[in-house]
Amino acid sequence: MYDLSCERVTKNFGSFTAVDGVSLDIPSGSFFSILGPSGCGKTTLMRMIAGFETPSRGDIRIKGDSVLALPPNRRNVKMVFQHLALFPMMSVGENIAYGLRCRGDAKAEIPARVARVLDRVGLPGVEDKRIEQLSGGQKQRIAIARCMVLEPDVLLLDEPLGALDLKLREHMKIELKQLQHRFETTFLYITHDQSEALVMSDTVAVMNAGRFEQIGAPRELYENPVSGFVAGFVGDSNCLAGRIAEIRGDEALVELSGGGTVRARRGDGAGQGDAVEVFLRPEALFVGEGDPHATLDGRVDSLLFNGANSRILVQLDNGPLIEVADPGQAGRVAQDQQVRVGWDPARATCFAQRAGA
Amino acid sequence: MRNDAGKLSLILLMAPFALWIGLLIVLPQLGIGYVSLREKVGINQYEFGPGNYADFIAEPIYRNTLFRTAWMSILVTALALLVGFPVAWYIAKIARERSRAALFLLCLIPLWVSDLVRAYGWIVLLRETGVVSTVLVGAGIIAQPVEMLYNDVTVVIGLVYTVILFMIVPLVSTLQGMDDALLEAGYNLGGGRLTVFRRIIVPYAMPGIVAGCIITFMLTAGSYLTPILLGGKNSSWFTEQIYNQFITRYNWEAGATFGVLLLGFTSLVVWAGLRLTGQSLSTTVAKE
Amino acid sequence: MRHSIRAILAGTAAVLAAGGAQAETLRLLTWGSYAPEEVIQMFEEANPDIDVEVTYSNNEEMIAKLRATGGTGYDLAQPSHDRIYAAQVEYNIYKPLDLSKIDTSVMTPNLLEGVKANTTLDGEVYAVPHQWGTSGIMANTAEAPDATGWADLCDEKYKGRTSMRLRRTILLGTAYAMGMDPFALYDDTEAYQDMLDKVTEKLIACKDIIKTYWTGGDDLSALMLSGEVIVSETWDSTAFKIYNENQDIVFVPPETGALAWIDTFAIPRGGEADDAAYKWINFVMQPEIVQLMSASTGAIAAVPNGIDLLPEDKRAAVQAAFDEEDIANLKFFANIPPGLEDMEGIALERIKAASN
Repeated sequence: MYDLSCERVTKNFGSFTAVDGVSLDIPSGSFFSILGPSGCGKTTLMRMIAGFETPSRGDIRIKGDSVLALPPNRRNVKMVFQHLALFPMMSVGENIAYGLRCRGDAKAEIPARVARVLDRVGLPGVEDKRIEQLSGGQKQRIAIARCMVLEPDVLLLDEPLGALDLKLREHMKIELKQLQHRFETTFLYITHDQSEALVMSDTVAVMNAGRFEQIGAPRELYENPVSGFVAGFVGDSNCLAGRIAEIRGDEALVELSGGGTVRARRGDGAGQGDAVEVFLRPEALFVGEGDPHATLDGRVDSLLFNGANSRILVQLDNGPLIEVADPGQAGRVAQDQQVRVGWDPARATCFAQRAGA
Repeated sequence: MRNDAGKLSLILLMAPFALWIGLLIVLPQLGIGYVSLREKVGINQYEFGPGNYADFIAEPIYRNTLFRTAWMSILVTALALLVGFPVAWYIAKIARERSRAALFLLCLIPLWVSDLVRAYGWIVLLRETGVVSTVLVGAGIIAQPVEMLYNDVTVVIGLVYTVILFMIVPLVSTLQGMDDALLEAGYNLGGGRLTVFRRIIVPYAMPGIVAGCIITFMLTAGSYLTPILLGGKNSSWFTEQIYNQFITRYNWEAGATFGVLLLGFTSLVVWAGLRLTGQSLSTTVAKE
Repeated sequence: MRHSIRAILAGTAAVLAAGGAQAETLRLLTWGSYAPEEVIQMFEEANPDIDVEVTYSNNEEMIAKLRATGGTGYDLAQPSHDRIYAAQVEYNIYKPLDLSKIDTSVMTPNLLEGVKANTTLDGEVYAVPHQWGTSGIMANTAEAPDATGWADLCDEKYKGRTSMRLRRTILLGTAYAMGMDPFALYDDTEAYQDMLDKVTEKLIACKDIIKTYWTGGDDLSALMLSGEVIVSETWDSTAFKIYNENQDIVFVPPETGALAWIDTFAIPRGGEADDAAYKWINFVMQPEIVQLMSASTGAIAAVPNGIDLLPEDKRAAVQAAFDEEDIANLKFFANIPPGLEDMEGIALERIKAASN
């Protein structure tokens, strides 16, 4: 049985379809992310699950039972809001006790429960603090504690890290993952930040224009994207536009628009003569000679130092600027030097040209 | 040197405000306080003492009028809150962005005409030969024209109408600052409508509620034209007593005493109201 | 540079000089309708160097205003004759008149003497009469043909259809209606208080009968003309104006005698345009101006042929209202001794605050 299932859920606002026939099944205890650009419909989907919007069509089930008829306050899904929505006029303890009091817990038991959940999120003894006395990360944890104290079937998280600064965000990613393990609760996390989704999730659904493009484990999305959109959106990619000149089994020979021909795996059903884009991960590229049809010439535009994530920016002679991973920072190249960039042809994939690209 | 210049500009900046407060508010109040302590013992003969206050306490008419004024002002404040809250809620939360400004403006329109004109508006509507009565007779709902002026209900309605704006404005501004996510969080965590209203909306709006109540209460207790004109023979409002003392009875000493008492008593009521509802000015009105 | 400064100085001086020559302002503190626009225009034409500024008020406010300013801010005031003596004794707000500058020969001798007698302090005269009129009752004869006096205002058969002004006049009128003579009791504070207590009781009981208290002439006119009120206390001038619009509504001098008042001219102590004030007094007492003034106020000028100088319609109204006997029966307000108004004040407050 799944903790949360959506079946062909559709939401129309007038003539605009925000969510278009989305289905998903989230197994118990997993961390599920919906990744997509802003406006793709992920927030609308989450609001339907929480009960703040009603689907135009389709069904939403929690632990197997349809919840469409239930108002938001009767659904056992709790939500961490984008800006957390902690109640500013209540203390930390009151914020957490709010849900318990709504549920009708015995007054005497509430303080103990509040203390226990604060302990679990690593903030024991802050009951009497005011919300504005907390740091960003602490607020985050209180927002989660406020939901978790109610032992929800599913915890919804609506880009809760968006408001944090980068350092804290990196830290909270790991912490969220640990919290999820600790509570063993199903998390449904929505974000537009692919690194958040990849780092934390067991399963990621990539959403675009109201539909799911691909659902899978992070590694699968990264290595075997099913569309140009997924390939471009998940992880960093270099993207070269061209046209299929010839098809050889599951490989294609692509004539780049800037000149030159490369080999690439066929990611979708694009046929001979179709406009395509070839996706190359930076870490698949190296400075030096590759296989035939897996080498391009260019000039070093600049060197970007970032520790293990360091990059070389290469201006291709016949095309765009591409990023080449340079984990070692070996210093083998210098700015303005003419270089050759090669790659393993198995790691180049081509997809039909994305709409608007 | 720079510091001195800064100080000077601060002084210059504050000077008009300080002068305004000092000359137009503090000084007259001190003057009134002083006059209230002068006892008239004969023609142009005065002594210093609390006799005017003793006279006030000894005369039940004044006492009762003050209590009646305070009581009706509380009623008006409560009604204004009751009526004003949904209006403020609609303007701040439900109306679309564009109509919001228009609605707000609509609320302000009555302020463009004076109190007097508004009171006369009510008189034209409610008098025995007025619009409402005539229409009701014409429609066959009542057989005889009916006088709707000169009673407490009309006075209360008129006052609510006059002051409600001062309730709505602070409410709208606090409610507008409220993130809708707070409401959704309230529902999401299991609260019903009533719980969300009681535990989230009201506490959040408390600064606006307190500010609105204080303003409307003070305005009502200090109003003059509306209760006099609509209340007619039964108005009996404390400000009228002050007017009578100053103007018809040439008794400035008693008038000043009443003025001090009205200010003191209404402040006391506000203080008591804050205490009873567990609020304080620093956590509501003065909150950053 | 020098030139321009000099030019500016010269210009400023010219403006100041012109302003000084041009503007003497006569600041009138008077009753509504006592300074009609037409009369002001004629006065300003006759005296091009005087500007007239008017503030409308009533007896109580005139005194309160002058008291607050120590008698400054106005150059000519028009309180009723009975309100001058006490106010002058207590607050010293007027200055003595120079009777040589006033053409008293045009004034009705007995009114002039009456006002002088009422307003003489230490041998100095503080006021001369302008117009007089009476307070009485007004009745809509179509619905209340039998109204004859103050007592009718509290008659059960007119329940909800009567009105009065809650001021001292109604206290006096009611006292007369109850068979007492308030003016005779003026000097006996105790007896006067006793009378006030009885009147208070009567008027509190009367609250149920009356519709409301009127506060000004416009208010009263609306009540009478709409038919909501059929018997009311009134100034005769207001009644005469209404008679013009509805001939059923007439002034009825109460059988106990209409209460007569004389509005006067008095110069505030801080007045700054005495000459202009005297000019105004003499100007408005000319027969053709009297006619305009009476048309506006409805009151009768204090000149021997005052009634004849009323406009046609008002003369008819006066003649319909008064006969010789009524005129002989007029009760002129006597000077109010200091302190009396305070007693009356509390009586009025008791009546206002009483619930029914």
